[in-house]
Amino acid sequence: MARVIRCIADNVVSPLGTTSRSNYDSVKAGRSGLALYESMGNISTPFVLSRMDRVVIDGLCAELGIQGNYTFFEKFLLCSSVQAVRDAGIDASSDRVLFIISTTKGNVSLLGQPQEGVEQERVLLARAAREVMRFFGNPGKPIVVCNACISGVCAQIEAMRALRSGRYDYAVVIGADEQSPFIISGFLSFKAISDEPCRPFDKDRKGLNLGECAATVVLEASDDKKCGWELVCGAIRNDANHISGPSRTGEGSYLALMEVLKQCNRDKLAFVNVHGTATAYNDEMESIALYRAGLIDVPVTGLKGYYGHTMGAAGIMESILSMYAVRDNTVLATRGFAVQGTTWPVSVSNGLRECRGSEFIKLLSGFGGSNAALLYRYSE
Amino acid sequence: MERRGLDFVALNQGNAQLTGLYRSHIGDWPKFFKMDTLSKAGFVASELLLKKTGEHRLEGEEYTHSRAIVLFGSTASLCADRNYQETIQDRDNYYPSPALFVYTLPNIVTGEIAIRNHWRGETSFYVLEAPDAAQMAFHLACTFDDPETESILAGWVDSRNNDDYQVFMTLIDREDAADTEWLAGQLDLIINNLNK
Repeated sequence: MARVIRCIADNVVSPLGTTSRSNYDSVKAGRSGLALYESMGNISTPFVLSRMDRVVIDGLCAELGIQGNYTFFEKFLLCSSVQAVRDAGIDASSDRVLFIISTTKGNVSLLGQPQEGVEQERVLLARAAREVMRFFGNPGKPIVVCNACISGVCAQIEAMRALRSGRYDYAVVIGADEQSPFIISGFLSFKAISDEPCRPFDKDRKGLNLGECAATVVLEASDDKKCGWELVCGAIRNDANHISGPSRTGEGSYLALMEVLKQCNRDKLAFVNVHGTATAYNDEMESIALYRAGLIDVPVTGLKGYYGHTMGAAGIMESILSMYAVRDNTVLATRGFAVQGTTWPVSVSNGLRECRGSEFIKLLSGFGGSNAALLYRYSE
Repeated sequence: MERRGLDFVALNQGNAQLTGLYRSHIGDWPKFFKMDTLSKAGFVASELLLKKTGEHRLEGEEYTHSRAIVLFGSTASLCADRNYQETIQDRDNYYPSPALFVYTLPNIVTGEIAIRNHWRGETSFYVLEAPDAAQMAFHLACTFDDPETESILAGWVDSRNNDDYQVFMTLIDREDAADTEWLAGQLDLIINNLNK
């Protein structure tokens, strides 16, 4: 019998809280981490960002016993994963525990600003991952999923597969990104960043906001069907269309959705948590993919209005908040949305909605033509 | 019966000049000239491999999602990162370029190959410390967990600076990956060719 993959612990560290629960409560209450910045480094264009307070991270490190010459990115990963591993009650130093890190840019800020006591080599993603695994005493070889904005969903899919193979019993899947001038200037150069809080799926949407977050899920493989959250399946598909723009027909997202729908009980599907970056192209593309997949009437919700686009963390944090929302019979409000602004009118709202159901789909898309979806199911 | 070894192409800056290979063997994809070194290396190696194995690319309205692209590397987009960093380092010489920024993601090379061949299957990029045959074989075998995936264009691609790269590409089917030890042995042989 195929092994069942369950999520046994989770954590979110963000400007909205340092636990999953506090993050969920903040979002449900309508709080957002987005704020206007006039400049940063050599950037002199105003932009809206959800930025993690460095003092909070240093305080959390002291509280959790995270000491050493770490970069902000490494501390961020550790602050989230140390809490999740503790809550899971597993021995992370075992070779039966797989670590998978999800990030787009890791320690790239070291290129512009070297840090005393930190080797420049830590700009290499697997070297940064090695630092995290060393903290836990894990003897495995580092692996970092670097698939642009869909990395957090891909990392969970890869963890699920590795657990199914029987080689591992647990997987610690950690995602984070630091929003340094590197990333912000790049998205500004693409004219993709809004100077106001983003408005996903709205007719006047002006672009995305970036954000900082670290999130962790601990997955367990078991041979018997226990209760709780099961990671049922996931799929990754490419548009084969353009490296920096989505397909007009939503091809990759549509194909990824169709694959996970094969195992979905449609009458139990509570909602689809979408990417919803609030760029003109992304939200339009997602509406087309949802329509083509027959999901136009299923409630849709996006969290970028609270967190911005948190890149390597997005797929993990947005999955965790979706788990809390399903258990709370709630479709979270899509903050920033007001008036339908996509060709196909997806079921989106800026208010809290009640829902019934025990499954949700998490959907993401990103540069490189990449798209990914996964399906989680809760059972009593 | 002894199973036939995997076909592969391995190139590095010491034995191959990418633009020369493009002009002599490919020539019909001007997007090549916009690519960064990582993408050029991955693209050229994939083209040479597909010619070697005699596989025709899908064209026109024909697409497939049964072929995945799974690449590994240790530097990821470090070379493109450095190029882009230069454009934002100086306040007096600040000119962030979207054309450079887009290549600061290592999975862009998987997208370039997917576009060229009309493959809509899985595309993934994994960053490892070094080319490790057993680790790569394990994760490639995992990729077949997706029931739609029938074969994988798999490889390693690295680039530390604009004049430096290392790449190999190979094609793996479900049967190849079912015997992970055999696959790891094959990858080990290919990895030994990376620096030749």
